[in-house]
Amino acid sequence: MNQAAPAVVTPTYDVTLENLFEHPEGRRVLTCIQCGMCAGTCPYGEVMDYPPRRIINMLRAGELEKVFRSDSLLSCVACYACMAKCPRGIRLTEVLLPLVKEQVFINLPETPAELQKALENTLRYGNPFGESSRKRAAWVKTAGVPIRILSEDPRPVDVLWFVECQNSYHPRGQDVSRATARLFHALGIDFAILGNEEKCAGECARLLGETGLFDTLMDYNMAVFAKYKFNRIVTSGVHAYDAFIYQYPERGFRYPVEQTTPFLARYLDKLRPMLTRKLPYVVTYHDSCCLGRHNGFYEEPRALLKAIPGVRLVEMVHNRVNSICCGGGGGGMWLDTYYKAKGHERLSERRVKEAIATGADVLAVSCPYEISRFEDALKVLGYDQKMVVRDVVELLAEAMEA
Amino acid sequence: MNLVVLMRMVPDVVEELEIAPDGKSLDQEALRLIVSESDDHALEEALLLKERYGGRVTVVAPEAPEVADVLYTAAAKGADRVIQLRGVEPGLGVAAMAEACAAALSAIPDLLPADLVLTGAQSIEDLDGLVAPLVAHRLGWPYLGVVTAVSEVSNGTATVIKEFQAGYRGEFQVSLPAVLGVQAAEKPPRYVPVAKVRAAMKATRIEEFEAPQPVPEPLQDVTIVALAKPEATGRAEMLEGSVEEVAGKLCELLAERGLL
Repeated sequence: MNQAAPAVVTPTYDVTLENLFEHPEGRRVLTCIQCGMCAGTCPYGEVMDYPPRRIINMLRAGELEKVFRSDSLLSCVACYACMAKCPRGIRLTEVLLPLVKEQVFINLPETPAELQKALENTLRYGNPFGESSRKRAAWVKTAGVPIRILSEDPRPVDVLWFVECQNSYHPRGQDVSRATARLFHALGIDFAILGNEEKCAGECARLLGETGLFDTLMDYNMAVFAKYKFNRIVTSGVHAYDAFIYQYPERGFRYPVEQTTPFLARYLDKLRPMLTRKLPYVVTYHDSCCLGRHNGFYEEPRALLKAIPGVRLVEMVHNRVNSICCGGGGGGMWLDTYYKAKGHERLSERRVKEAIATGADVLAVSCPYEISRFEDALKVLGYDQKMVVRDVVELLAEAMEA
Repeated sequence: MNLVVLMRMVPDVVEELEIAPDGKSLDQEALRLIVSESDDHALEEALLLKERYGGRVTVVAPEAPEVADVLYTAAAKGADRVIQLRGVEPGLGVAAMAEACAAALSAIPDLLPADLVLTGAQSIEDLDGLVAPLVAHRLGWPYLGVVTAVSEVSNGTATVIKEFQAGYRGEFQVSLPAVLGVQAAEKPPRYVPVAKVRAAMKATRIEEFEAPQPVPEPLQDVTIVALAKPEATGRAEMLEGSVEEVAGKLCELLAERGLL
């Protein structure tokens, strides 16, 4: 596999609701035929007062104010399904929805408590958990392989590994980080991390409508990048990947970026001989919204999984472009309580039911949010004895052990 | 209403607290400060009162690292005036600090007379909740503490709710001006989008005010002898075994202690 070329897109960061129709991507909204594919494919379409189709209609009727005054769009998990299915190619999740959500967010009479805490934490500590920013690299001590931290050793490096919040702090995310470090090490990759200097890339805040928080984090991370010399960035975060590809260029970000899973897929020839341990698992792979639908990395994770001896790959009913969001995107990660109060079905539960139906015993993922979400869903539904959740990277590291 | 909110920065316990080599104070280098939680509630209560009765909210905060962020955030939430108090150093002690703040409130131009001074009922550094009563004492105003709501303001009095144990509520009437120690605002402190804070940073001027001299000395008759980190006692008993076994042992323990 060759190096995946970053998606070529028309930048849209200068588009506002006011100048929407002066921009080609904004004008495209006018071509909407109100077919309803977007609302039909939206995982929360049936519970929204204003699903995407209605939003476009209200925009054209000059009645967007009604949408701003409703909390309906808090149910949007920014899963790119509406955008992927639109026959007119309207970039809903990329262009129109963030602009509308920004207004919805500003006009919210009360911010759901769980979400408020996560946002305040992200601003103050650089992570939504409210963990100390000074402990972001604490997991490194347990990595088992040496990991260079640039603030301690600022020599130029080939790969800057942007670990992101979940894989820095969450115990299961740290498992993925340890596995990633072992793989990078085995492949002889010259890599380093920012350690405690790294802060959340901010993409989910942006997708939620908290653009000020996103801008603050982007400015901060850009200033940190400028301190060091590196050739490229590899990030474990699929949302960070999106932020770096589609948003950070606004601030002059020009580094090549890859997400860990597609990055490792490029090393498959070198990796394959190292995968010596047979893993007798039936595995089903969940396509994450960002990596899959948004960026088209459908085959890379599957190629990695098929390279593991003993693994049998089976597919869920909804796979690739039809995959169902785990419910964590666009702020959904911190809205579980709010969704529950609204009576929404948890998307992670909807998804693991499909995974269980395949008969697989491992649910493989590549987005850091998914491990905790799916593990929780398995427990809630009583399936935690039947299935485990593993990042593709974790399975590779497991297969590498002698 | 003319509302004054006194806000202070206190150690953030998300960070590890380190004891300084003197064994009597916190290592200032390792500290990160955060606005005291109940002071944030005092600000919220003031903003709610302003929304209900009109008027002005002024926030006064002793200087400290990151206090500017707190003041800009307060401005973004709706505070009309934000003032940083210079010369009131951290480490002054609660009594001297309260004394210095009260003196400053009287000296800041165009601040008093006010209807209410609101501040947190307690802080992590002031578990006795002394700041608000000491400020009231110095100003010669009445004081009510552990306040959870100001239900009505009319004819120069405020009706104030205090919450007691087991859900009992007390309703008090106090003549204005008064000092309130706020335990919790009627609603959780509001979220303000960061874009609004960034805009406030451009549009708001933080007034600097030098605390009146001489700044009171820390109390000499009460001194800190030693600070110590919590000691691990090793008395915790880990229940081992399968889920069923652990559940069984747990039930036995609870039954033994009369909890089941």
